[in-house]
Order: sequence, then structure tokens, then C-alpha cells
Amino acid sequence: MTQFFELLVSGLSLGCIYALIAMGFVIVFKATNVVNFAHASVLMLGAYLVARLHDGMGFVGAVLASAALCAVAAALLDVIFVRPLRRRRGSVDALAILTIGLNIVLGTELSRRVGTDLLPSGAPWGSNVTHILGIAVPQTRIAAGAIAIVLMAAFWAAFTYTDWGVAMRSTAADPQTAALMGIRLSRVAAGAWALAGALAAIGGAFFTSFPASGVNNATGLLALTAIPAAVLGGLDSTAGAVVGGLVIGVATTFAAGYQDEISFLGRGLSEVIPFIVLLFVLLWRPSGLFGTRELTRV
Amino acid sequence: MSDRRRLATRVALVALIVFLLWLPEYAEAFWLQTGLFAMSAAIAAIGLTLLVGVTGQLSLAHAFFVAIGAYGYCYLAGQEPPAGVTSLPGGAGLPPVLAAIGAVVVAGLAGAAFSPIAGRLRGIYLGLASLGLVFIGQHILFNAKGITGGFNGRDAQPMSLLGFSFSDRDPDNLIVFGVPYGQLERLWYLGLLLVAVAWWYARGVVHSRPGRAMSTVRDSEIAAAVMGVNVPVYKGAAFTLSSMYAGLAGVFLALAFGRIVPDSFGFLVSIDYLVMIVLGGLGSIGGAVIGALVVSALPQILNHYAGSLPLVVEPGGEGLQPSDAARFLYGAAVVAVLIFAPQGLNGIVRRPRRPPSPAQPLPAKERTA
Repeated sequence: MTQFFELLVSGLSLGCIYALIAMGFVIVFKATNVVNFAHASVLMLGAYLVARLHDGMGFVGAVLASAALCAVAAALLDVIFVRPLRRRRGSVDALAILTIGLNIVLGTELSRRVGTDLLPSGAPWGSNVTHILGIAVPQTRIAAGAIAIVLMAAFWAAFTYTDWGVAMRSTAADPQTAALMGIRLSRVAAGAWALAGALAAIGGAFFTSFPASGVNNATGLLALTAIPAAVLGGLDSTAGAVVGGLVIGVATTFAAGYQDEISFLGRGLSEVIPFIVLLFVLLWRPSGLFGTRELTRV
Repeated sequence: MSDRRRLATRVALVALIVFLLWLPEYAEAFWLQTGLFAMSAAIAAIGLTLLVGVTGQLSLAHAFFVAIGAYGYCYLAGQEPPAGVTSLPGGAGLPPVLAAIGAVVVAGLAGAAFSPIAGRLRGIYLGLASLGLVFIGQHILFNAKGITGGFNGRDAQPMSLLGFSFSDRDPDNLIVFGVPYGQLERLWYLGLLLVAVAWWYARGVVHSRPGRAMSTVRDSEIAAAVMGVNVPVYKGAAFTLSSMYAGLAGVFLALAFGRIVPDSFGFLVSIDYLVMIVLGGLGSIGGAVIGALVVSALPQILNHYAGSLPLVVEPGGEGLQPSDAARFLYGAAVVAVLIFAPQGLNGIVRRPRRPPSPAQPLPAKERTA
């Protein structure tokens, strides 16, 4: 039973990290209608920067710097590459393929820089473990969970109470009307991308910390497992991203923890379980758990 | 098109065919090998453009169906390992031709099995669900060792047709005009034939009644349904057809490689197929073939000439690797095509010389073109 609870807590804390990453994905989709595959390489960029910078400025400083840089990088991606296509009313598919192209270029450069190295994220908690009620929990995961919850609460508050949040929500609800009311769509879009970039960087830093071993050239590929988290909750639902993140986190951790019991399904199941869960959820609810169902009127 | 341009196109086409048929007389093994990969990629890309470009269903799972074709062929044509040997994957021992047909059918069935999902999901959700298939496929390829050989992969039985083997033997020492015709040369002609048939059939589909129904599904599902098109059935059929193309490409890839490993069918390969059809121009059959040629040959050619190119270093050396350089180039090409030329290479080639504008009307002769 202890193992079960250990895995559950560990899974939920991993889920918080997934939720942060998935939230960025969803925010970009809501604000700009772009399914952003480049999110995976922005995450890797964030993790890479943390791994490179933490020697000089400490882990916290490195995470902050990396979040700022990734926010700028993501906003630039939007302004330089995505905006021209959005202006010409590119379809959702075309925009998605565009971000795949961006992901190829950025991901190739990052994998090339990492090479065959394994770069530790340098989180100050190392591999320390705290026992809570007899359950062992890695300290990095406690920190990750706490930060994720604080960030999510902050964004919920910002979304609900600030002018920026109102602008975001009205853009998502009805871009034309929002523009007529004086909301600058291009600014909202760049802001959403910047926010997603910062979230990806923070998520990436914890994603590659203990129990994971660090940034390697496959991190960009592994980061794609955050996409199921965003999709199964519903691409246009921030609450869905949190639920989706938790589901994927728990599923991944259980698949890894009980791998001996389920060895008949093959080794390394934990890396594909997000996609299996995604397929089943989509078969049951084609727009994700909390996604807006598309209604069409002729 | 005026008569003169039509004549010029015909002459160019005949010249191209003669050139391709004559090429094994001169080309080195490297060029033939590169050509074989490009042919396999072309067949797969034609299938994908029927699905993504014509029917408008985004799929990131194409490599999965190519893998089913490749492994299906190897399993069906493979021999049962000798008794006592458990390290080798099994096989059904069918004649290669039957195995190839079987592999294409199995790939089609896999596509049909995905159609409940394809029929239910709309738009981008379908693309994201198909992303899952590639990863699940990789998991199966690594773990179903009895069929796939796991990490180490498995060998492909050479194709043979009515006693003529597409390998270095049977007939041994086949010499045509003084040039020995081994496996590569023989497969070259098989590949040309398959690409030609794939092209011809796809053109037939696009210009037929089902093809028009598929385009309508892409442009508006509601309009298609109102016009009497059974949208879920057509989506499922498009998936099945494109998977069969992928299966055929997989069979040919297995023949060209001689040995297949799971890494040849990963997520990045799926993305490569998507890149091919975007570069060529979505929905264009010829564009898909050109895109396949560019994307599959570029890394090989950069590799081959790494020594004499600026910026790129020999594989394994310090600096920009040829494979990375190729990825940079076509990643950037995708972005550029989508932003500047949404019709792809096909659109650039076919762009009218003088774009019609209200101020300067075209002469009547060209307007009817």
C-alpha cells in the first residue's frame, strides 16, 4: 500500500509539472488558435538554459533568467513567423505545421548543442527525499508542486481580475468583437506566447530535475508527452490542462512504478502511456474532457 | 495550355523517362541507393497527400503505417527460424509477391481500424490523436520481438517474381550492355514501376467522383454532408487508402534497405513525410513526389559531398553535421513555404507568368488556358 501512495503522490507532483507545460499550450491555442508544436523545443531551450546557467547564478536565478529568455524567444516566434500566416487566415492545420517546422529547426539546434552530454539541472535539493506520513517524496517534486500551485493560482487570479486577463478571455471568446472594443489582438497573442514560453521554461527545469537525470538530446522528444496532457483536458480549457496534466502524471508514474507487474505489455510503457490514455479519452470524448464541443449551424 | 507548351511538356516527360530508365547504366551505387529511398518516400508521400492535402485530415502517424508495411512484408515473407533458435524473429514463409500484397492489405486494415477514431474526431484533434499512434507503434516495434526482432530489427527477404529475383543472384551475373545488374539496379526498375502506378492511381482518385467528395470533406464537412457525402465513411476510406500507400512504401523500403530497424519509423520520420507534402504543395501528387525527392535525398547528398561543401563537416567531425544541416534546411523551408508560398513547389512551378490583374487583362488566348 505504501508503494501505491508513494506513486500517487509522486504522480501528482509530476502531474503539476505537466499541468504547467500544458497550460502554456492551451493559453497559446486559446489566444491564437495555434497548436504549438514548438512548445516542446521551447521547453527544451528552458531546461538547457537552466542547466547551463545554474553554475553562475544559482538554480533560482537560472530558472528566472531562463523563464525570461524563453518568454522573449516564444514571443519572437509568434511575432516573426506565426503572425504573418495568421494574418492571412492560415488554417489551424497550416499553423500547426508551421510550428512543426519551427520545432525542427529549434530542436535540431538544441540537440546539436547538447550532443551526447547529460546536463544536470542543478536543482539545489539534489536527490534528497523527505518522508511525509511514511511516504518518501523527492524534495524537488515538493518544490515543483508548490511552485506549480502558486503559479496556477496566480494565473487564475490574473485571468479573472486583471485587464490583461479580461483581454485574453475576450480575445478567446470572440476575436472580432474584442478587436472592435479596442483590444490589440497582436499584443494579446504575443503576450500569450511569452507566458507560455515562461511556463515551459519553469516546467522544463523541473521536468529534467530529480528523479529525471537531466537534459539530453531526447528531451525535446520527451517534452511531446505534455501534448496529450493539454489535449485530453480539451485544447481550449485551462482547467482541463490541469486535470489532463495530473492524469498524465499519475498514469506515467504508475506505469513506471508497476512495470514489473505489467511487463507483459513491454518495457518502457511509461513513455507511451500518455498517448494511449489520449487515444482512449478522445475516442470517448472527441473534444477532450472539458473542451468546447464544436456546434455547427448551417 | 498552348499547343507548343504541351509539346514541350511531353518532350520533357519522355526525356525524363528515358533518363530514369537509362540511369543504372551509369550511376554509382550511392545514387541508386539514394534513388531507391526517394522512391519509397515518394509512394508514402503520395498516400499522405491524398489524406492530408486532398481530404484535409491531418495525420502525424504515417510512419506507423509505413512500419506496418515494412514489418508485415518481412514477417510474411520471412522463414521460420531453425528449431532451437529463439533469438530470431519468426516468419510465415509466404512467396515474396504474396507477402508484399499481404503487407499492403494489413497496412490498409490498420488504417481501417483507426477509422472509428478518424470518423469521430474533427480537425486538429485528429492530428493530435494520430501523434499517439507513432509512439505506440514504436513501443510495439521494440517489444514484439517475435515479429519485429526488437531493437536489432530483422532482415527482409529479397523480392522475386516468376523466378526472377531482385537481388544479386538468380539469375547470377545478369549483365545489360556491359553493366552488371545487381540488387540495386534491379530494384530501381521495380521502384520506377511502383511510383508510376502509385502516381497514376492517385491521379485517378483525385479526378474521380470519390476524389471530388474527398475535396469537399476538406473544404467543408457540413457542405459535404449536405451534398450527400457520407463524411465518416469517406474519412475512414481516405485513411485506409493512404495507409495502403504507406504499406507499399514500407515494403519497398524494406527491400531497398535489406534490413529494417524501429528507428526508421519514429516520430521524426513521420514529420519528414509531412514536410515532403508541405514542400511539394498540399494536395498535389507531383508536388508530393518532388518533396519526397528533396527531403529524402538532401541528407544523403550533403553527406556525400560534406568534404567539398562550405559550413558542413564530414559525418562525426567537429561542427555542423550533414544530417543536422539537412534538417535546418528543410525545417526552414517548411516555414518559408507556409508563409510565402502556400501552394508549395508545385505552386511556384505552375504560377502564371503574368498574374491576372484588373488593370491589365490577359489576352483571350491565355485566359482560356
